[in-house]
Amino acid sequence: MNSHLQTGDVVDGFRLGEQLHGGGMGRIFRATPPPGEAGPNFPLVIKLPRLGPGEPSETVVTYEMEAMVHAALSGPHVPRLVATGDLAVQPYLVMEFVEGRSLKDWVGRGPVDPGEVARLGAALARAIHALHQQEVVHLDVKPANVIIRPDGEAVLVDFGLAHHAHFPDLLTEEFRHPMGSGPYISPEQVLGVRHDPRSDLFALGVVLYQLVTGHYPFGSPHTQRGLRTRLWQVPLAPRRLVPGCPPWLQEVILGCLEPQGADRHPSAAQVAIDLAHPDQVTVGERGRRLLQPALWALAKRWVMAAGYEPSPLERPSQQLATASIVLAAVPTLHKNERRFQALREVVQRLLASDPDRRLTCVSVIPPVSGLAGGKEEEAGTSQRIEHLVRLRHWAEPLGLPAARISYHVIEGGDPAAALLDYARFNQVDHLVIGAPPAEVTLKAGFISTRVAAEAPCTVTVVRVRAGPRDG
Amino acid sequence: MKLALFADIHANLEALEACLAHAGEQGAEEVAFLGDLVGYGADPGAVLERIRARAAGGAVVVRGNHDAAVAAAGGDTMNRSAEAAVDWTRRQLDEGQLAFLAGLPLLVRRHDACFVHASADRPADWTYVQDALRAAQSLAVAGATWVFSGHVHQQALYHLTPAGYAKPFKPLPGVVIPVSARRPWLAVVGSVGQPRDGNTAACYALFDTTRATLTFHRVPYDWPAAAAKIRAAGLPESLALRLERGE
Repeated sequence: MNSHLQTGDVVDGFRLGEQLHGGGMGRIFRATPPPGEAGPNFPLVIKLPRLGPGEPSETVVTYEMEAMVHAALSGPHVPRLVATGDLAVQPYLVMEFVEGRSLKDWVGRGPVDPGEVARLGAALARAIHALHQQEVVHLDVKPANVIIRPDGEAVLVDFGLAHHAHFPDLLTEEFRHPMGSGPYISPEQVLGVRHDPRSDLFALGVVLYQLVTGHYPFGSPHTQRGLRTRLWQVPLAPRRLVPGCPPWLQEVILGCLEPQGADRHPSAAQVAIDLAHPDQVTVGERGRRLLQPALWALAKRWVMAAGYEPSPLERPSQQLATASIVLAAVPTLHKNERRFQALREVVQRLLASDPDRRLTCVSVIPPVSGLAGGKEEEAGTSQRIEHLVRLRHWAEPLGLPAARISYHVIEGGDPAAALLDYARFNQVDHLVIGAPPAEVTLKAGFISTRVAAEAPCTVTVVRVRAGPRDG
Repeated sequence: MKLALFADIHANLEALEACLAHAGEQGAEEVAFLGDLVGYGADPGAVLERIRARAAGGAVVVRGNHDAAVAAAGGDTMNRSAEAAVDWTRRQLDEGQLAFLAGLPLLVRRHDACFVHASADRPADWTYVQDALRAAQSLAVAGATWVFSGHVHQQALYHLTPAGYAKPFKPLPGVVIPVSARRPWLAVVGSVGQPRDGNTAACYALFDTTRATLTFHRVPYDWPAAAAKIRAAGLPESLALRLERGE
């Protein structure tokens, strides 16, 4: 239908520029908007699906799904969609040209430095979470579908296999079974499940494994039988292949690769937090492991896999709601036990309802001017440790397991801005902050009022009733 | 053009007025009534007058099993409270209203759409299209791209796959769903006058014929008033409770 189109041709007013990509499912060209029209203020590409005689009907449905899902997405982690073509006339997608490098550039060149893997992985996890927040499961996360922007953030492309919980899923097992890319698809996808956001966490785990070791954890099978081994098989420990892989990174990777969704991280945002804060990852046997499990242990996993039951989730947001991230802004600069107590009580109630909910405790302290190596740097370090100690002390009565809590001391002259940046970057769902004492009337300039006004999430402002003087 | 689809109104005037007003705000230009206009509720006369006025203006109206039971004395196999409501309803209606019910068609085809109360496959059997198999059977004989029906009081959307299976989907209220003409669709629009999914809000759907989109809606209405009227009329208590509980 469109294989004749070449650079210089015009599709619905859009002029085709240089061809950037010519894959199996379609071709991508640079594009310019119709002459005389203002057009968007960013460069464009046009994607032409390979349709027509000889192409399977599945590519038509893939195009329909991609147009439908992409049109419903927004935010910095997807290319902005500009126009779509009528399937009956000329199918095409015109979208933002994303500046950056394909994640493919990092793979295939042998192991990548673990620090770099963590940075790339955290960016990819944040992008995946942004999709899940919009009720979309990508289901085809792989390096070729990820662009890393110059600022380090990730953009996901190609929504042809994606699932949107708000729309009927037009892709059925009739077309191709299973759908996805062999090395990356999750065990539940192998069985035809298309609605679980944790499938993208599995693919994220495969990408991380591949970056760290240069190998696929489960090979690149093409048969249903080959694909099914991931329902019970334990991949070779990354540390076995690359001794330089730190245990905390192996812990995160193998956690993502668990066959049961419930054994993976509860959300991509929580993976991102782990990857960004290696010192706070709780390393267990999974992270330290070098040898493969004994045969009897594998046999047990095989038996478990035979009775595999996909989770009955209705929507990604349902999973995300139970796995939300709560940020407690703890003003450790001011030791005020009554306010600490009030803050703790609210946080405790928020965390009680769901065991997958995670707490990050944040304290903002004034910047410690530091010339590297000088005495001031030493003073700065000891100050950070002092506030970390206070944060831990504040959280202790909550009795949370280490895996559900993390502590962050941020330096910043503008505490409200520091909290807001942290909440945005880490995709926090609920921010809890103390208000000034009841005697003080809330005004626009206060930290809590500014945070409440500008936060990207729900904010609870905790106020202590006027009463006996604080001791 | 936006077409509002109302099914299973069941003589609930409060719910019908709320849905008509909501559809008007959404820009609906035409309406269609998918049967079971009366039965259960306390306002059969007033509801029928509103629907007859729309029918005179060209609106599609098809017959439901309750409408058939009221129009033709005796007969059907209904549960006891439904039967009591049918007898009571018949006594409230004048000859013109009864004749209107008796004259309703079982199925209407317009352009690429088919309107039917239950299944397009033997519509007088009043089959509940509540699973993929029955949806596929209805779609197979409907001879239309879009089939709109009621009878089952829960909202649902099915599409036909290339292999001829119907794939079910549970729509969320207020979400605009593309339903392109590339495959046949069957929508069960839910009940205006007697919701049964634990939510008291009235159900209806809005079809945008130009854009080929379908939006399922839930509309809160004054159900305490509707339930009070049922009790005042001496209709079975269970019918009032159903509105209060939405089940």
